[in-house]
Amino acid sequence: MTFYIFAVIAVVFALTLIFKKNPVSSAFSLIVVFLSFAGIYAVLGAHLIAAMQIIVYTGAIMVLFIFVIMLLSADVPDLDYSRTSKTTKITALIGGLTLWGILTWMFKGAELTKTGTHTEEWITQSGGNTQVLSELLFSEYILPFELTSILLLAAIIGAVAIAKRKRGKKT
Amino acid sequence: MMSVEPWIILSFAALIFVIGLVGLVVRRNILIILMCIELMLNAVNLTFVVLSKSQSNLEGQMAVFFIITVAAAESAVGLGLVIAMFRTLKSVSTEDIQLLKE
Repeated sequence: MTFYIFAVIAVVFALTLIFKKNPVSSAFSLIVVFLSFAGIYAVLGAHLIAAMQIIVYTGAIMVLFIFVIMLLSADVPDLDYSRTSKTTKITALIGGLTLWGILTWMFKGAELTKTGTHTEEWITQSGGNTQVLSELLFSEYILPFELTSILLLAAIIGAVAIAKRKRGKKT
Repeated sequence: MMSVEPWIILSFAALIFVIGLVGLVVRRNILIILMCIELMLNAVNLTFVVLSKSQSNLEGQMAVFFIITVAAAESAVGLGLVIAMFRTLKSVSTEDIQLLKE
């Protein structure tokens, strides 16, 4: 039941994100969508992912987005989606609905068998979702975890190099 | 706990993905296009979590962990690109990206 409440909130605010003309209201709709996703993760028992969703997405990424919107003073309402041609809109709508239909049909027909060993009882006995995931992260997935740090370093250097104003090269 | 059938949640994730995709095609503001990409990444994350739950295999949640990290890096670089674009073009509309046309 909780899932349906969060799902309805997420769908409504995802549609608001698309159709609002002001980028700031789009950003705040996206925050609501992220929070309801965190609620769905918590309902599904993925507690670590739910916490990370709130901290990283709503805490870090969205603050960055709103900061950039304010920095560029791009918060003026613009009629930008009305400039898209009618053909594009209709094609996007038909294509999107078709894709959703195909995906739902596929998911409904799929046979999901419990193949893994990480059952709910096993997770509860081993100390809960967060502990099991951390143990997995620091044993089996230690190499991807270390490579992630290189990725983040590359992203930091890349973002600074791209956004830096080039001095002495005035146009 | 899992009173909802998995395919309903998967279908909901697909709906969010499709909304993000339509927004990506329809909108012209590059900031909203980046937000739609984040929305699509979230939908994929939810698919991973649901399948990880229904198959009792925690590797799906590990994948979500790494996807969130990559999404954070991607949005940092993407917003850096938006700032560079705004400095050059004085606009955030994708219609104005036509420097190669001139």
